[in-house]
Amino acid sequence: MYSQGLRDSKAGDDSPELLDAFQQRIDKEEKIEPRDWMPQAYRKTLIRQISQHAHSEIVGQLPEANWVTRAPSLKRKLILLAKIQDEAGHGLYLYSAAETLGESRHQMYQDLLSGKAKYSSIFNYPTLNWADAGAVGWLVDGAAIMNQVALCRTSYGPYSRAMVRICKEESFHQRQGYDIMLKMAKGSPEQKAMAQDALNRTWWPSLMMFGPSDKDSTHSDQSMKWKIKRFSNDDLRQKFIDATVPQAEYLGLSIPDKNLKYNDKIGHYDFSEIKWDELFNVIKGNGPCNQQRMDARNKAYEDGAWVREAAAVYAEKQDNKKHNKEVA
Amino acid sequence: MSAEYNYVLNLADNTLILGQRLSEWCGVGPFLEEDLALTNTALDIIGQAKMLLEFAAELKDSDDSADDLAFMRDQHEFKNVILVEQPNGDYSQTLLRQYFMDVYHLHLYTALSNSKNEQLAGIAAKSLKEVNYHLERSDLWIKRMAHGTEESFNRLQASLDKLWHYHHELFEESDELTELVEQGIAADPKQLKELWESEVNGLLSSTPLKIPQTGWKATGGRVGNHSEYLGLMLCEMQFLQRAYPNCEW
Repeated sequence: MYSQGLRDSKAGDDSPELLDAFQQRIDKEEKIEPRDWMPQAYRKTLIRQISQHAHSEIVGQLPEANWVTRAPSLKRKLILLAKIQDEAGHGLYLYSAAETLGESRHQMYQDLLSGKAKYSSIFNYPTLNWADAGAVGWLVDGAAIMNQVALCRTSYGPYSRAMVRICKEESFHQRQGYDIMLKMAKGSPEQKAMAQDALNRTWWPSLMMFGPSDKDSTHSDQSMKWKIKRFSNDDLRQKFIDATVPQAEYLGLSIPDKNLKYNDKIGHYDFSEIKWDELFNVIKGNGPCNQQRMDARNKAYEDGAWVREAAAVYAEKQDNKKHNKEVA
Repeated sequence: MSAEYNYVLNLADNTLILGQRLSEWCGVGPFLEEDLALTNTALDIIGQAKMLLEFAAELKDSDDSADDLAFMRDQHEFKNVILVEQPNGDYSQTLLRQYFMDVYHLHLYTALSNSKNEQLAGIAAKSLKEVNYHLERSDLWIKRMAHGTEESFNRLQASLDKLWHYHHELFEESDELTELVEQGIAADPKQLKELWESEVNGLLSSTPLKIPQTGWKATGGRVGNHSEYLGLMLCEMQFLQRAYPNCEW
């Protein structure tokens, strides 16, 4: 546990000198490391953000796992399993990164199970046909990469290093997703219809992954100043749209937005207003799969209780045996 | 079909169906490290199935691909032992089935690494590296559950009472198989049985677990007479290929 060595002030106790010195380090692009002094709000923001990110990886296994047993070829089954295994691995790195800030994985996980902690809104949508496995890789991982590439330069060292590693794997995930879409879009009329249907359902929730509009984002200003965030929600969202529209065109699929149009004057695509009510509703727990995802996580945790207990008791018995041998 | 084809198909189907069952655990294991380990094991085992099915497709001398064999055969054409199609049950049942199969695969692949059929020897040698890890893990889990809590012991005993009757099928003999053994192609089921029993009995007798002494012995999987579970598994696994045939995915 790192909690004993935490070097920061109590709430509201940050002296202006310490804060200034901290900001200077950030401005010089120095990485902040676990044993360094940091403002309490910086620590709290990071714990919230990194644990949410970890929870998203864990919950995010579920909509893809929904298609593992029905994957249409051996190759696709293997790729999908490998991808889901990567996601679980990302969860593990991220929980570890958050633990360096003094929060235990057990506590973070309890917060997920109780519904106190959030995870990405996108995983509260269902995966209804095989092309969803493609759309998740192409759009959801694509949107995640936009965020995560920016986070490779985030000011907190362990988070930034975890991101570098995660980004490498995510770009493979996006490619495999696009490859599924390509096969479906260029396949039979039924396959193309599945691909279009998946795009129709996934497009808007993917844009919502970047979070609320800058004018409504509660955590943005301070996070930008501390370089936890390096780009605003709206900038990243625009970047994603600009990169993705030509990819959809290549697939011969249409993006479900009648106002989507390239704007020569600004060099970006214009698009319709996002239905923010839907995003806030899903975040509050009222999406199509919120209950289902939380039930699945809670059931896995409860069903696994005796397994975890058995492993702990066995480990303790082994330790005692070793200890007794050493004493004797 | 040739004896060699039937033999390879039996090995392929054992891994395919076991891997399919394991992949049902994806994302809902008892803790995160186990999620990773289970998915990884499923990945290795389906990878083995893919290599074996590709080889079987070559031996079949038809246009069928490995995917055709996996997704377009009906249950009576599957040659796997009935053990691997048994439901996952609780974690003790999944891990005990895995332990039985890991011990079997370890000795099978060790023997097949020296098969006169070079392709089979190559697949076995590659798979053996993976199986060593799988067995290390399932062996440890049997110990953890047997020596862990009263609940874990009782659950494991219940799983042993249920699954023990299915292991005999792994070592069934036939004239066709005897010929392949004599040709140096297949592993000898008598030797495998001896090695398997010595290892499994060795571990189980070091715990208070009791091996069931009576009861029936499962048989029939190798000739296509399965349990009711396989048909349902195939409905799920083959759904897309059946509903939308002749597509590329």
